[in-house]
Amino acid sequence: MADASSATRGDLRLTRITKTYGDFTAVNDLSLTIPEGSFFALLGPSGCGKTTTLRMIAGLEEPNVGSIHLGATDITTKRPYQRPINTVFQNYALFPHLTIFENIAFGLRRRGIKNVDADVNKVLELVELPHLAQRKPTQLSGGQQQRIALARAIVNRPALLLLDEPLGALDLKLRRQMQIELKWIQREVGLTFVHVTHDQEEAMTMADTIAVMNEGEIEQMGSPADLYDNPETAFVANFLGQSNLIKGRIEGTDGDNLVVDLYGQKIGMPKNRSHAVDNSIYAGIRPEKFRISLVGTPTRGNTLTGGRIEDVSYIGVSTQYQVMMPWGQEVMVFEQNDDGVAPFDKGDEVVISWEPNFTFALRGDEDAEAGTEVIPEDLDEE
Amino acid sequence: MSKVKLPYLLLLPGFLFLFTFFILPIANLAQTSTQTPIADGDTGQYEQTLRFSNYLDAFTENQEQFARSFVFALCATVLALAISYPLAYAIAFKAGRLKNFLLVLVVAPFFVSFLLRTVAWKQILGEEGFIVPSLRTFGIISESTTLTSTSFAVIMGMTYNFLPFMTLPLYASLERIDPRTMEASGDLYANGITTFRKVTLPLSMPGVVAGTLLTFIPAAGDYVNAAILGSPNTRMIGNVIESRYFKIVDYPTAAALSFTLMLAILILVTLYIRKAGTEELV
Repeated sequence: MADASSATRGDLRLTRITKTYGDFTAVNDLSLTIPEGSFFALLGPSGCGKTTTLRMIAGLEEPNVGSIHLGATDITTKRPYQRPINTVFQNYALFPHLTIFENIAFGLRRRGIKNVDADVNKVLELVELPHLAQRKPTQLSGGQQQRIALARAIVNRPALLLLDEPLGALDLKLRRQMQIELKWIQREVGLTFVHVTHDQEEAMTMADTIAVMNEGEIEQMGSPADLYDNPETAFVANFLGQSNLIKGRIEGTDGDNLVVDLYGQKIGMPKNRSHAVDNSIYAGIRPEKFRISLVGTPTRGNTLTGGRIEDVSYIGVSTQYQVMMPWGQEVMVFEQNDDGVAPFDKGDEVVISWEPNFTFALRGDEDAEAGTEVIPEDLDEE
Repeated sequence: MSKVKLPYLLLLPGFLFLFTFFILPIANLAQTSTQTPIADGDTGQYEQTLRFSNYLDAFTENQEQFARSFVFALCATVLALAISYPLAYAIAFKAGRLKNFLLVLVVAPFFVSFLLRTVAWKQILGEEGFIVPSLRTFGIISESTTLTSTSFAVIMGMTYNFLPFMTLPLYASLERIDPRTMEASGDLYANGITTFRKVTLPLSMPGVVAGTLLTFIPAAGDYVNAAILGSPNTRMIGNVIESRYFKIVDYPTAAALSFTLMLAILILVTLYIRKAGTEELV
């Protein structure tokens, strides 16, 4: 395939980018490095600034402050058509007056490439739609249009491929299928993908590295496993999956462990999983890390007593429990239905326990509800 | 009521209207066009003799006016397109909150009668207007040159009068374009001019075709602009038909001319639509 960017390749670096619209700050002093060849996801609720960030990388918006570098080249003020960057737009934005073939050939022709047949056909094979070359975009299904939009971008072999909620308009089943396909295509073509999404599952399925954005800033960046297992803020803990955040105090240390007091009951956790600044913390435990046992049965690891089951939801692979703790907080527990043990019933008096290594600690002055109440289905906002 | 009959019932008022005010008059016009004067009859008394050479006579006597009609209409259409396209583009993409206000302004001339507006142009282009004295001051036209009673005045009048018919369909088709397709074009290495040539213009072709037709067809048959702003040297076919009908009371020639004009426009429009290839467009 023809290479759009032999000159400018390398890591993408955003340095202290700020973008404001009137008195609304969409992106606030954001710095970010996206390594060449990675599948990078910008994840956040709508209005968090992820799409604005993407549009600044594409050149459709210009930052008020800060710079954008691709490799050694400063591209901050370059026009979109001057950047070796292509975008898969949210609603695909295929050219309705051109055939699928001409849609895909558009970028190649603009760059003065005469013989486009081989490249276009190759990329049509890649997205498995060679038979649609002579159709018009309106004759294609949503899933097919999505693939053509992808083909139209990757045929140029850009240094960077931007995907703006590319799967947002597809139904759930197709979305899952395309997630796997996109990841496969990214490995196949070896391009850097930057993927913007509000769907945490989508980001976790596909990306090597996720940057979680909130209110114009990056909350935390890391691999999906890092973010999930060891979130640093309440927003990340709640936006990626679900978390039980229990108010507590650090009482002391015991080797590499911290001793934490949760409403009078002592637990232990590794020091290096604490992101607190002082003794006041929220101890965080993912619902599936909890184990439930009836009062009187032996437990291991950290233990909290005095729970009572408030609600039971059986959902096939697992059962979800709401457990009322003595201090009046309901915690959530997911139990795999894999041990043949009859589920617990509403009203059972129980003890919950978990491995200390699964505990993480957040600053005690955080809003424990941050990231829980976002309604991420607003596709056309931003 | 059965579901099969309902569509026909809905068609009925429109059909009755068209039958009474279009089909019947056309049929009447057709049969008038082959009549000849009654031998000892008064002025305006004709009888049916199926004289088809009325058509040939009418056409050969008025070739110049036919040609002028189409040239003037073409000039007015091209001018209107040149003025309307940037205007419609600006309203569709750049006007922001002013969009609706600007659209009202485009339609605003319709609140004043067509005739009055054309008479106003006579004053604008006349000796007492500001255009002629200014042009003379800057030496662009000589002291003896006037703008009224010229082809220029007639074409300007038609351009002005039919401008909204060009602007509105253009706006409608530009406004329908997803701005993301233009962003995508820029993203795919096309600069502003190329994006216009390869994306915006092709996508607005339905508006261009509709606008040029809505301007050209009435302009070709127009006689008001030529009558008010022109001179005997700028007579269009509409003026000939008007004088044949109302002044000379030569109904058959007027009818034959009307049919010839209709046919000519029909042929031109068919060729144009084929050439523009609108079926290729969305």
